[in-house]
Amino acid sequence: MEWPPVTEPPNAGPVLTGPETTGELSNAVLCSGLTYRFGSYTAVDRVDLRIERGETFGLLGPNGAGKTTTIRMLTTLLRPMAGSISVLGVSAAERPMLVRRMIGYVPQLLSADATLTGRENVELFARLFDVPRSQRRDRVEASLAAMGLTEPAGRLVKTYSGGMIRRLELAQALVNAPSLLVLDEPTVGLDPIARTDVWEYIAALRVQNDMTVLMTTHYMDEADTYCDRIALMHAGSIRATGSPGVLKASLGAGATLDDVFRHYTGGTLDDNTESGGIRDVRRARRTARRLG
Amino acid sequence: MTSAAPGAPPAALADPAALPPADTAAAVVRRLASRIVTLCWVELRKMRHDRTELYTRAIQPALWLLIYGEVFTKIRAIPTPGGIPYLAYLAPGILAQSALFIAIFYGIQIIWERDAGVLTKLMVTPTPRAALITGKAFAAGVRSVVQATAVVILSAILGVALTGNPLKLVAAACVVALGSAFFSCLSMTIAGLALSRDRLMGIGQAITMPLFFSSSALYPEQIMPGWLQAISRCNPLSYQVDALRGLLIGTPAHLGLDLIVLAVATVAGVAASAALLPRLAR
Repeated sequence: MEWPPVTEPPNAGPVLTGPETTGELSNAVLCSGLTYRFGSYTAVDRVDLRIERGETFGLLGPNGAGKTTTIRMLTTLLRPMAGSISVLGVSAAERPMLVRRMIGYVPQLLSADATLTGRENVELFARLFDVPRSQRRDRVEASLAAMGLTEPAGRLVKTYSGGMIRRLELAQALVNAPSLLVLDEPTVGLDPIARTDVWEYIAALRVQNDMTVLMTTHYMDEADTYCDRIALMHAGSIRATGSPGVLKASLGAGATLDDVFRHYTGGTLDDNTESGGIRDVRRARRTARRLG
Repeated sequence: MTSAAPGAPPAALADPAALPPADTAAAVVRRLASRIVTLCWVELRKMRHDRTELYTRAIQPALWLLIYGEVFTKIRAIPTPGGIPYLAYLAPGILAQSALFIAIFYGIQIIWERDAGVLTKLMVTPTPRAALITGKAFAAGVRSVVQATAVVILSAILGVALTGNPLKLVAAACVVALGSAFFSCLSMTIAGLALSRDRLMGIGQAITMPLFFSSSALYPEQIMPGWLQAISRCNPLSYQVDALRGLLIGTPAHLGLDLIVLAVATVAGVAASAALLPRLAR
């Protein structure tokens, strides 16, 4: 399937400069010294991060490690207390609107609007990203079709399953053909079949769209299978960065990603006793209530 | 996998030297206007999908008119300008009150959307905060006008002599919408300060009744004690009621002043709640 051609409205996005691969332009994301505090608690502590164009990058860590706070700064929701962020060469502090144009964001919660139909949810995002009226219908339908949602698109989202909502959110994020897709815990709360399903969709989209993917997860197996490179985050800082293979090999033959994580952080990923545990339960309840 | 993924245009890659220039003022205004239209569209779609709320909310104002209104008309306890029946004097007040009660709910709704992740996701799109607020204020206005229509019809059935002038009726609808837009912004501003639904429910209940009783919705300002008159003059609800009475039942009103107060209050409300919106995303 082909997207209809995109004609960008004025000021719609950065100027295309062709396939440059050198210097700063090969970076999809470049962060340095990123810091955020909640009161006296330092959630993100001087994080440096470089994500290359076209790669799938995983930010791994237990609940409370600072992954979501980092993502929120990257997506311009939070203003860093120190440090800088550039997304595809654009400073997030100076040009937040321009950065938002290039990002597709799927938050941790199932956040499609349950009081609208699937199609309306996607159309809303097409409008918010200034997809020209003449192309809007085609793009909305193409996004829904790509996520296998053509048939239920006319139904209210409150009738959808968790896996369908996640796919719908991907359709929302993709209708703008973003350069950077940001996924915060994309498979939390999904059953194993839906999880695999969502990953297959993401992998296929990424290959065909030359898209950079940044995702957070605390599922080691997912990171191992789907990420080109990962960063291990613990207590607000990044402890190690590299491809899953290299990180495992550095500990010797037979090491798993869990071993790698334990080696660099002294803890396990499944450690849910931190403050995040209760928050997750609350969120799951909220989602359940909302979706009736 | 059931279908192939769409092939998108090549990923935009920014050359820092070739970034588009910063948005001009005209571009900013155009974007604001376009986003407001979009967010109003989405609110209308939501209302179309769930209309039960529109009906059930008409019950409370009906009770005010049928029970409180009928009883106080009979005992003639409240002096009215020109000696018009109290029910006629009361009807525009109940109209404004019912709109207020709808609007005050919007702060809770925006916190609810924050908790559901909907608001956060909208804030990562290139959409000015003021457009998100204006969309909600518009929705509050539309809902209030729908409900006001029910109250006007009920008043007419109860024998209140309302204007038949379509221009005045349209003007009254605008006043209702503008008042609700302001009160929804007030509520969303408080939401930006309170940040949690439980706190906001408490604050919402603590301010709606005082707003109502310190306005001229139920009784003329002249019979209020001095201190209450002073409060009433700072209360936008009094200006809304004044305008509605003037338009619907023809009592002497200060239409120009009323509209200016409501318009200025609404713009200030949009600005204040838009400035506080990022606090909700934290």
